[in-house]
Amino acid sequence: MLPPPRKYDFTLIALYIGLVLFGWVNIYAATFSEEHRQVFDFSCQHGKQLLWIGLSAIAAVAVLKIDPKIFSTTAYLIYAIALALLVVTLFIATVTKGATSWINLGAFKLQPSEFAKCATALAVARFMREIDINLNRPRTWITVGAIIAIPAALILLQHDTGSALVFASFLLPLFREGLTPYILIFGLVAVILFVLALLLNKYLLIGIIALGCLVYLFLWLGRRRARKNYMGTLLVFVACSLFTLSVDFAFNHLLEPHQKQRIEVLLGKTDDLKGAGYNVHQSKIALGSGGVLGKGFLRGTITKANFVPEQETDFIFCTVGEEWGFVGCTAMIAAYLALLLHIVTIAERQHSNFSRIYGYSVASILFFHLFVNIGMVIGLLPVIGIPLPFCSYGGSSLLAFTILLFIFIRQDSARTQGI
Amino acid sequence: MSNQYSNRANIVKAIFCSVALIFIVRLAALQLFDRKYPDLARKQALRYVTQYPARGLVYDRNGLLLVYNEAVYDLMVIPRLIKDFDTAAFCRCLRIEREEFDSRLRQARKYSPYSPSPFMKQLSKEEFGSWQNQLYKFKGFYVQKRTLRVYDRPIAAHVLGYIGEVDDRDISNDPYYRQGDYIGKSGLEKWYEPILRGRKGCNVMHVDVHNREIGPYLNGKLDSLPVEGLNLYTTLDAGLQQYAESLMANKRGCIVAIQPATGEILTLASAPAYDPNLLVGRLRRDNYPRLSSDVNKPLFNRALQAKYPPGSIFKVAQAVTALQMGVITPQTGFACDKSLVGCHNHPSARSVQEAIKMSCNPYFYHVYKRMIQQGRYKSSARDSQYGLTQWHHYMLRLGFGQRLGIDLPGVKAGNIPDTAYYNRWYGRDGWAFSTIYSNSIGQGEVEVVPIQMANLACIVANRGYYCTPHLLRYYGPDSLQRPEFLEHHETGIDRRWFELAARGMYDVVHGAGGTAHKADVPGIDVCGKTGTAQNLGDDHSVFIAFAPLDKPVIAVAVYVENARGGGGSWAAPIAGLLIEKYINGEVKRKDFERTYREASPCQKLPLRKKR
Repeated sequence: MLPPPRKYDFTLIALYIGLVLFGWVNIYAATFSEEHRQVFDFSCQHGKQLLWIGLSAIAAVAVLKIDPKIFSTTAYLIYAIALALLVVTLFIATVTKGATSWINLGAFKLQPSEFAKCATALAVARFMREIDINLNRPRTWITVGAIIAIPAALILLQHDTGSALVFASFLLPLFREGLTPYILIFGLVAVILFVLALLLNKYLLIGIIALGCLVYLFLWLGRRRARKNYMGTLLVFVACSLFTLSVDFAFNHLLEPHQKQRIEVLLGKTDDLKGAGYNVHQSKIALGSGGVLGKGFLRGTITKANFVPEQETDFIFCTVGEEWGFVGCTAMIAAYLALLLHIVTIAERQHSNFSRIYGYSVASILFFHLFVNIGMVIGLLPVIGIPLPFCSYGGSSLLAFTILLFIFIRQDSARTQGI
Repeated sequence: MSNQYSNRANIVKAIFCSVALIFIVRLAALQLFDRKYPDLARKQALRYVTQYPARGLVYDRNGLLLVYNEAVYDLMVIPRLIKDFDTAAFCRCLRIEREEFDSRLRQARKYSPYSPSPFMKQLSKEEFGSWQNQLYKFKGFYVQKRTLRVYDRPIAAHVLGYIGEVDDRDISNDPYYRQGDYIGKSGLEKWYEPILRGRKGCNVMHVDVHNREIGPYLNGKLDSLPVEGLNLYTTLDAGLQQYAESLMANKRGCIVAIQPATGEILTLASAPAYDPNLLVGRLRRDNYPRLSSDVNKPLFNRALQAKYPPGSIFKVAQAVTALQMGVITPQTGFACDKSLVGCHNHPSARSVQEAIKMSCNPYFYHVYKRMIQQGRYKSSARDSQYGLTQWHHYMLRLGFGQRLGIDLPGVKAGNIPDTAYYNRWYGRDGWAFSTIYSNSIGQGEVEVVPIQMANLACIVANRGYYCTPHLLRYYGPDSLQRPEFLEHHETGIDRRWFELAARGMYDVVHGAGGTAHKADVPGIDVCGKTGTAQNLGDDHSVFIAFAPLDKPVIAVAVYVENARGGGGSWAAPIAGLLIEKYINGEVKRKDFERTYREASPCQKLPLRKKR
């Protein structure tokens, strides 16, 4: 007999604690002022975040003590509650930074969309745990699509585009469970075409696509080509061309002005360092001036001088960049990568489909946040306001990510029990 | 349980790894290879606040303060910080109207609501002091102290010079200077700029996104304290300088007085003069153009920069040179033959001493001829070249034809022609003594600046050597001196020839037939030599002197431009008055003094054709 597995996965918990604490250190630096040096000063953000860390620790312990079966049996109920909360939020929310995502609970504010991600992950895992599920059957993927799209749509109605986009991350667990890889390729091609269509002349781009198709047909396939290849290639060409032609319309009419500006800044089409481009420019100055080892804790000149708006929330990563330098940034990215890879590894060793799918969902949601948030801070992606998991200032986000992760740790600890 | 798609785990892991890799590469590009960002960060988050040191003070030789600094106050405003404001009270304090207040504030707002900008510039201590104690009531306003140069008495403008804001050339010459700094523009202020200015300090302040100061950057680790400029203790005698300038009022010309044993310049006055306070601060913009366009050129320092024909004072130099060259002896006599060169009526000189006393032109025609044409060569051209070269050598040793190393900018060399000079004009064998004889009496091609004339008086007073005329006695708290000013420059001419010349100069003032009895001061053995220098206009009146005959304490050169009547009638009495003032401390001959102080003998400029 092998020895029984260690009850809770130590690596995940250690990485979690490390990231939360390092995140708090940077919140402290980003909100530091001489009047508020006290660590336990609950009137300012680093103090409040300490309360949220405490609350998250309690939640984590509670989750670990709960019977793991509860999560799969009550998944739909939790999902329903989450949807209800999102709907309620639409009506009673106070407008904060243009979005109606927060419910004011007096002493603090709650953001239900953060918890909706976790609930959706549970629902998706619950739905797909059946042994004979086939995602390429329309009935199945339409149902899964709906489970994912409904909360996303509700969040979109709250004008929180960033959080809604996070739900696209469920494509990864679906892919793992057998969804055709064309979906991922399709998504990638769409993004590339979108960017190229904004940068290049559209007719030139269509010409390039046509050339690509011809090269594929006559050089790549050569003698192997058959009638169905002609039809397929033609279809791809028509689809790509239509998409290209529609980019302008989509860009001008579906996106909001500030979203358009952010994309234009990213693509270098406008250079508005005092307006739309200000935030990312300042973020890059903070990061870039950090150098190899950074300026040191509480010594970030840009950080202390409040040049970067939203520095303790969405732009927390540039604090790391300025005060801890390239070494700090790389270490942090390495820690996140270790966390993601380890979650996938653990997910694969689960006995139950529910746990595995849930694990993949956790990894994907975290990955999407990291990708979009850090990509934005270092100027690779347009500004999309979603937090850096475990690090950004914000109670709902920290609490929701903690619960999301610890449900998985709890599931893993009980994997031999056939859950 | 694993299933048919479990190999897709690796694809998912690969996606995670690639994104992480892309991020790290991007971070490396931003943080390690792009050096633009540290600069941008410094520019926007740090403010370098210069701490200006006090400029060194300037004293005269008796410890009287000549130049000092006075605080003026710039009233600064940060518009964003203004609150709970009593505009009426504020306007009362500043004695301005409401409209002016509004327009000034509007201007400041336009510049920046967050950054300080001047609201009112250069308020005097009195203007500011009357309401200083109320300043705390006016949030958003503060004062910034600056200093201006103040000249305690309106004298020695040409010596002291002035300071002004640096121009582009100053900045490119010396990276120490930044836009808006002050630098010495002329006079001692320019020459001793490195001593007077001290060293600027710098505070590095950390400022926030609204340009508000957060505090010293790195707790002031990078800050440096300003080092105060050192004081200059000059050789000038303020009382004598003032007296010299008063004697030269209404005239054009200059006076230089030197202590012969040390080369210390007691007085250096150029007329017309101006009040140095006219070129300070807000006043300069109006006064400078007016002064620089004046036909009498008050900004021109004649004592150092005017190249004059020396006239007959040059005969002293000719006499000692000829004696040293051995072409004459003290007892050599020449007839006053007016067919050679014009002269006034006097008996023929039977010795060098008599020739100096009577200033006989034909005598020195002969003396110069003997020096130039010594008869060593058959060809008179070749002979003259030999003689001129030898003569030129002695002239340079006497301080002529070269820039004296005085510690003021812009000093001129004058001209002592050499063979190359004449070859250029006349060709190699195209000239001889007959071409250049005018030099014998200080006319012709010879040009001398007044400081060199005074230096000649020093050499005779010292009987053969001089110290470079200078204005710095010592500087700083350690009383440092410049070694080059302590050095004795020997002329290579025998002491006894100078003794002879000194006797001759004594006779000029005291002897029967001397040309400068007006320089005589009762009780003092004044020695001198007159000069009447021909030029485009009326003759210049020239006089050099030293006193007393034995153990001289002062040597003087006086030059009065275009004053009819010759050296004896204007320059000599002025020199006498100056010597009396210096040695006796006061002038007893009040009527005499008034006559020459009030006289205005100079022909008006611009000059017309000679009468």
